[in-house]
Amino acid sequence: MERTASTALAIRLDGLTKKFGSGTDAAAVAGIDLEIRDGEFFSLLGPSGSGKTTTLRMIAGFERPTAGRIYLHGDDVTDLPPFDRDVNTVFQDYALFPHMSVAENVGYGLEVRKVGASERATRVKEALRMVRLEGYDARRPAQLSGGQRQRVALARALVNRPRVLLLDEPLGALDLKLREEMQIELKAIQGEVGITFIYVTHDQQEALTMSDRLAVFNRGRIEQIGTPAEVYEHPKTSFVAGFVGSSNLVAGEAARALFGTPGRFAIRPEKIRLGEPTDKVGADEGSVLGRIKTVVYLGADTRYIISLDIGGELTVTQQNLKESSMEAHSAEGRAVRLTWRRVHVLTLAEDPQVAPA
Amino acid sequence: MMRRITGWFNQHPRATLRALLAGPLGWISIVYLGSLFILLMHAFWSKDSFTGKVEPFNWTLDAFAQILSNPVYFTIAARTIGIAALVTITAAAIALPVAYYMARIASPRKRALLLVAVTMPLWASYLVKIYAWRTILQTNGLLGWAISPFGLEGPGLTEIANSWLVLTYLWLPYMILPVYAGLERIPNSLLEASADLGGRGWITFRRVIFPQLIPALAAGSIFTFSLSIGDYIVPDLVSDAKFIGNVIYDNSALGSFPVAAAFSFVPILVMIGYLLVARRLGAFESL
Repeated sequence: MERTASTALAIRLDGLTKKFGSGTDAAAVAGIDLEIRDGEFFSLLGPSGSGKTTTLRMIAGFERPTAGRIYLHGDDVTDLPPFDRDVNTVFQDYALFPHMSVAENVGYGLEVRKVGASERATRVKEALRMVRLEGYDARRPAQLSGGQRQRVALARALVNRPRVLLLDEPLGALDLKLREEMQIELKAIQGEVGITFIYVTHDQQEALTMSDRLAVFNRGRIEQIGTPAEVYEHPKTSFVAGFVGSSNLVAGEAARALFGTPGRFAIRPEKIRLGEPTDKVGADEGSVLGRIKTVVYLGADTRYIISLDIGGELTVTQQNLKESSMEAHSAEGRAVRLTWRRVHVLTLAEDPQVAPA
Repeated sequence: MMRRITGWFNQHPRATLRALLAGPLGWISIVYLGSLFILLMHAFWSKDSFTGKVEPFNWTLDAFAQILSNPVYFTIAARTIGIAALVTITAAAIALPVAYYMARIASPRKRALLLVAVTMPLWASYLVKIYAWRTILQTNGLLGWAISPFGLEGPGLTEIANSWLVLTYLWLPYMILPVYAGLERIPNSLLEASADLGGRGWITFRRVIFPQLIPALAAGSIFTFSLSIGDYIVPDLVSDAKFIGNVIYDNSALGSFPVAAAFSFVPILVMIGYLLVARRLGAFESL
């Protein structure tokens, strides 16, 4: 599908704010600005209670913002009810109508919008084909597995050809294997239909795998927006560094001892090399001596927790190229040298202060 | 000794179950169903036309012939079933918005108050409530006084519509409560999904909420319908139109037990049919 309008905006959020309860409560969404391009797969990533689902629900129209505006393809939809917005939602609990068949569920949006019976049948069939559920038309939701229900929910939303599809942790209830399959499939479907997907998840792996861009939410604010590689390789705040992937966060005196200057720094465990104390250190490298305190065998990798001779700890992960678990565990207590390239030391901004409400 | 008995029961769980159920099941099968059975047997026994005494095991279908040959019995049965159906429909029509408000709109505090308000009348005596309605409905009653400025007077205690009104009042809580519980069971996300797919309020109600309330409505209707069909005090006290129960009562008072017993087949058969339909609608999962 041609995307001539790839620079056009699908969604623009302008100072969007939501407060639940009385005025003294902290805002669930504390004034966010966000622009999502047409045709993008965009993830809202964050821990529970960070405001990502509330943001999605405001875009869908289920919650009214306390302040701020929502623009859908340039039109202000802030005050429109859900049924007048050209967006559709895939719900976390699927929200399939239990008294309707699969075909009736998928056709509901078309029927309500008075699409003729023959066109409806064609589009329902087409949508079920897209989610690989041909022949399931007559089943009831109760007769389907979790993954199949998920597909019906997706077909029911896509059949309406919305301009934006909102997905609220749609894979949260599925087991790991199925979730990974569905991730790939969702991405493929998005490519096929060319609709903007806004995807809420608390799973950083999922967000990194699927998104064109993502926004990291924390305490009602967006900490960083960028492509998966940008956010992973260059986290701007210690929250992002810690939430997206894992990081060694170093600040204050420890930072001065390790990196030569005070400040807030992060270094990914997989960017640190574990070697003999006598190993040579390159000119563009940093290094520290320590002792292996704990070994956690993870299958593909091993995680080592090193107590540094200068005090403090660093976590290091190494790919298991030759070690078996026994060899890995036998390393406990051994003296080691940790080495890293200076370019892999990430400088973090101070965490943004949450403005008083 | 005690230890040995408890030990034995522990080893024989089925015997324990039988021992525990023997009392209640025996009561139901002998006292409850047994007396009903004897009552229904009367319908097939003859009555000595001279002494008026029932002759047990003297089989005849006279009582049924008597009922079938007299159109009054048919009228009364039709009237009773008709009013019971009307009461059920009215109760459902009132219960839907009330229960919807309670389950979906009211604040938790208002919801609790409304639940108390709905169940409160169940605390008052049935007879007291009927007599209260008499004072409202009689010609010079409360209603008559209220509408007298418009040159109207109270309906009096003869109108058949009074039975409909009072029975609806009496059994309304039995409809509101299951419908309320049914509404509580519908997840909010289903209503959001309907709105999300373009369904306005009315469409969401008709296509998503109402179909899922059918089991709850069927459950509530079992109460309103069966309680109405069996009632004979309300029609006696607020109107002069007799119900099936009045005819059965009058016949037994006159000593014609076979006719009374034969006529009691009508509500029993109607209720069996009704329960079969209600079961198909899923009412028993909603009780």
